[in-house]
Amino acid sequence: MFSMGKTSMTATSRTVRCAPVDQEPARLEIENVSVAYNSQPALRDLTFHVPHGARVAVVGPNGAGKSTLFKALVGLLPLRQGRVLIHGLPLGHHLDCIAYVPQREEVDWRFPVTVEDVVMMGRYGRLGWLRRPGPGDRAVVARSLEQMSIAPLARAPIGELSGGQQQRAFLARALAQEPHILLMDEPFTGVDASTQEATLALLDQLQTQCVTVMVSTHDLNMASARFEQVLLLNRRLIAFGSPAQVFTPQNLGEAFGSHVLFMEGAIVVDECCPPDETLQVQRL
Amino acid sequence: MTIVTFLTEPLAFGFMQRGMLAVVMVGTLCAIIGCYVVLRSMAFLGDALAHAILPGVAVAYLLKGDLIVGALVAAVVVALGIGVFSRQGAIKEDTAIGIMFAAALSLGIALISTIKTYAVDLTHILFGNVLGVGVNDLWLTGALGLIVLATIALLYKEFLVISFDPVLAATLRLPAELLRNVMLILIALTIVVSLQTVGVGLVSAMLVTPAATAYLLTRRLPTMMALSALIGAFSGVAGLYLSFYINVASGAAVVLTATGLFMLAFLFSPRQGIVWRARREH
Repeated sequence: MFSMGKTSMTATSRTVRCAPVDQEPARLEIENVSVAYNSQPALRDLTFHVPHGARVAVVGPNGAGKSTLFKALVGLLPLRQGRVLIHGLPLGHHLDCIAYVPQREEVDWRFPVTVEDVVMMGRYGRLGWLRRPGPGDRAVVARSLEQMSIAPLARAPIGELSGGQQQRAFLARALAQEPHILLMDEPFTGVDASTQEATLALLDQLQTQCVTVMVSTHDLNMASARFEQVLLLNRRLIAFGSPAQVFTPQNLGEAFGSHVLFMEGAIVVDECCPPDETLQVQRL
Repeated sequence: MTIVTFLTEPLAFGFMQRGMLAVVMVGTLCAIIGCYVVLRSMAFLGDALAHAILPGVAVAYLLKGDLIVGALVAAVVVALGIGVFSRQGAIKEDTAIGIMFAAALSLGIALISTIKTYAVDLTHILFGNVLGVGVNDLWLTGALGLIVLATIALLYKEFLVISFDPVLAATLRLPAELLRNVMLILIALTIVVSLQTVGVGLVSAMLVTPAATAYLLTRRLPTMMALSALIGAFSGVAGLYLSFYINVASGAAVVLTATGLFMLAFLFSPRQGIVWRARREH
């Protein structure tokens, strides 16, 4: 358990090259965005601005539209209305600058590629058509593997890795993309503790490089303890701000409905899945 | 008979020399593009494309045009037609393939049945006639084969990404649909080139079997392609010898050789062979 006050203090005390969050102009702007998924409206009228270099946890109940939001941001799902601006330009102008680490289920793990091959794919956006990876690309790949501590697995087939190692390979690929904005869909779900730690360490390091990071998670404690900003979603934007501003009984009630139990001095959020996180307690 | 005469005797015949060259080229080509067919689960699509060629060949024959051109046009039309049908979302892709496949085959048979020498021609188209390959056919096979292989080499990165991780392909803004259509056209070209060697009925086996065998033996795409090519070429040559000595249809002999190699890999492959697996479990 932790106290909200302490969290916001650690956030301000982390000094990095980025300008303070409230002074830097927003570089990822989402304006009146609505997205449909399988012709069902999934997100309605979202407006928020993420400052350059910010670290945002995206939380909300199952089906709140967290993955949908990410997919819309990388252009996988069309926008019903509204617009997404990256560094002031609409989607499609910045091919290389947005990296997305999908949920583990979305990849064919039996495909004959090695870890190194997968990480090298992160360079393809910068390489463009018809060009082969050069020594510079190989150096970036080696460095990314090193950073995620999977260099010894470079030549292993991706399918033979453990879940945590596969996730590290995908994080290494995202690093190799050298993105300005990194989106991670549930990186803390279904992986071992050391991979969670490695992921968090990566987030710290990316922050020193002014990379904007958005991470969806079920873990409200993690969101509150490790992120400066929280985006609370339930098919629409419920709240966006510091954890202390976002995690109020009213906001949580709006997002999670009857899954929230208000007890004296604490809020319990009960979600049916994933199974290892059935019960999450937020102390006020 | 020594092993040398066993191997050289058939090569004394010009038709066997040309046949050998043809099966090696076709075997290699099918095996390499076949890696994508296997990895992208397009085996059914490959089969459909092969049969779709029939009406094109028939029309070309009736109009006394070039059979290869007719086949190519038909294959491309069907490849893109399947895409159009399934993209509307009204029906699933395998259903669209099933419809186009049967329709094209029926149209092909209907057209060919108007020709007098129907039975013989149909047999050649369905099962190939590798021993009837002429010098011009060899040149055409070589040229089209080079185009297919060069395209695969040039688009290696892009094909890899759209096959392994469509989500990354989308974030990289790769034109996935266009790339898929290019791949379909490459498969269609390969099938057309293989027509005379193994025929419409067996070409899908040449696309799938060597690649599947290689898949059991390796875990890297370039190695898989190289192994697959080797297996495809070897099956072609071995099948042709078999057909020469025991006097069976050459296309069938080639496919059966490839199938035999697949069974060996399935049983004994170091990583996935069921024999080793069973031994490990004991």
